[in-house]
Amino acid sequence: MGNTNQPLLLQGNEAIVEGAIAAGCRFFAGYPITPATEIAEGMSVKMPMVDGTFVQMEDEIGSMGAIIGASLTGVKSMTATSGPGFSLMQENIGFACITEVPCVVVNIMRGGPSTGLPTNPAQGDIMQSRWGTHGDHPIIVLCPHSVEECFYATIKAFNLSERYRVPVILTTDEVIAHMREKITLPPAESLEIIERVRPNVPPDWYIPYEDNSIGVPPMSAFGDGYRYHVTGLVHDVRGFPTSRPDEVDAFIHRLHRKIDKGLPYIQEGEYFLMDDAEVAIISYGSVARSAKQAAILAREKGQKVGVFRPITIWPFMRGAVEEILKNVRAVIIPEMNMGQYSREVKRVDQGYARIITLNRVDGQVITPDDILRKLKEVY
Amino acid sequence: MPEYTRLIHNYLRHDKKFPHVWCPGCGNGILLGSLIRAIDKTGLSKDDIVLVSGIGCSGRLPVYVDFNTLHTTHGRALTYATGVKLAKPSLNVITIMGDGDSMAIGGNHFIHAARRNIDITAIILNNSIYGMTGGQYSPTTPYGMRASTAVYNSIEQAFKISELAVTAGAVFVGRQTVYNAKLLDNLIEKAILKKGFSVVEVVTHCHVQYGRQNKLGSAVDMLKWQRDNSIPVEKAAKMSPEELKDKIITGILVDKDLPVYEEEYEKVRERAKGLA
Repeated sequence: MGNTNQPLLLQGNEAIVEGAIAAGCRFFAGYPITPATEIAEGMSVKMPMVDGTFVQMEDEIGSMGAIIGASLTGVKSMTATSGPGFSLMQENIGFACITEVPCVVVNIMRGGPSTGLPTNPAQGDIMQSRWGTHGDHPIIVLCPHSVEECFYATIKAFNLSERYRVPVILTTDEVIAHMREKITLPPAESLEIIERVRPNVPPDWYIPYEDNSIGVPPMSAFGDGYRYHVTGLVHDVRGFPTSRPDEVDAFIHRLHRKIDKGLPYIQEGEYFLMDDAEVAIISYGSVARSAKQAAILAREKGQKVGVFRPITIWPFMRGAVEEILKNVRAVIIPEMNMGQYSREVKRVDQGYARIITLNRVDGQVITPDDILRKLKEVY
Repeated sequence: MPEYTRLIHNYLRHDKKFPHVWCPGCGNGILLGSLIRAIDKTGLSKDDIVLVSGIGCSGRLPVYVDFNTLHTTHGRALTYATGVKLAKPSLNVITIMGDGDSMAIGGNHFIHAARRNIDITAIILNNSIYGMTGGQYSPTTPYGMRASTAVYNSIEQAFKISELAVTAGAVFVGRQTVYNAKLLDNLIEKAILKKGFSVVEVVTHCHVQYGRQNKLGSAVDMLKWQRDNSIPVEKAAKMSPEELKDKIITGILVDKDLPVYEEEYEKVRERAKGLA
């Protein structure tokens, strides 16, 4: 970890590296890709300093497989990529979901589809981060909007991953990844770091996928004497493949229940000038910075505009959004995509408020002016 | 207690329901027996062994044995094994893959694992066909042979797995048939004890898919074919390419030493900390 108590000028990507190390990440596997490469570079320098391991794999599929393998030995692990690489990782992300292996995947969003706009920002992977891998699966996705928040969101990503035994996607856009801001790293002892629960029963008693009150079974590390089977097939409580309907049903439901029960802890959002707002801007990532500036400028004109910024993108913050929809007359949702998060907001809007989307897919950021112009539709 | 009873009770999982998924007469069971006998000879602790597989008939092997077992995605066993070994080098990591698993979908991982020289033992069951999905042609199906996706016969050239492993830089490469099970035991034992990336190509038969579609007879007929067409590598060295056509060259093809990744990475850690 870098020096604490003195201000540093870091990129978002560098702050993610610092956050990962602070969170206890000791294994990184990656493959070069713009605009996430600085994370791999940073980890290649810092992992060996803290007795961790960095390995550059042959592709992103391999990176994802390697971090799952590392995590199974009890070591916190991470990879980082952007759109094309994130697409390649999806099958193995599903493996981490079904085997409940904690790991963190950073996806720095760039313009897509395909090779798209490698050096330009976008937010086109919101839906992919939720539904990219096949089958019904729970997942957690966090989206920081500043360099400092990159640091803390990375720690939170590891904590949630360890606590719920689920892969956590940390996603943001090229602007946040490459922007430099002042950040003072906190002393390590001030941070809450969560470790996965390990079995405390004798190996003979260990039932690796047995349900409990929180739906998260203790996880043994390979080599600790608890020899058990890990498979991407649907499995029974002992980890052995099953297609018995009652066992399959209980298993898939437990995977979802453990996340549902954790929602109050998992979901986090920022309310900016929202107390008396009659119009809300819902935005995340770099766009939220423009949204905040737009709200400040609108209030100078006497328009009561606020910003709600989900930091937890998935699971969708339904409760918070519904509450906002009931208390404002209009919601503006600016996104650097054709409208992905806005689909979720529209889904839960029961005619409470007017919903206006603002979409940019030209590789350019959404400016405060863009949002102010949109505000004219409601003022 | 007879030796085989001791091995069964020590290495097969007591709580796993049998029978296994393989067809009667399948060679995968012979390899499983070989693997257990070889591991037993090494004296390694069950707690320290991680058995990693991909997808296919071969992928089902680890579930039956009492190690740390990991049944991964198709073709990716070596990537998971890489993570396991690098994160906890004290573990002995063995991967089990099939010919489709390791050469088609996982071909890229295979050559890079060989090049990287991490201390992993890669066992590849080569039956020249995709068995589990119903007999489609694989990267090792010989030219001119029939498969359910090549009913007009395969027009592709087959990979030679061991030769590819040698070229990709594996420090230990051996090939053996399931017919010669005792020799297979010895080969696997040597591969497990070898430091660095070692490959064992296990030539086996799929009489149910490959054999039936190509009219090669029963499992016994195909085992006899293995017996009659195996040429030890020492003898093969004195034979012409024409004489070796369609023969199985068995034995140790390469056994050399190169820097092992984990040991090299320990030096990287020292350099990073300014100690070296």
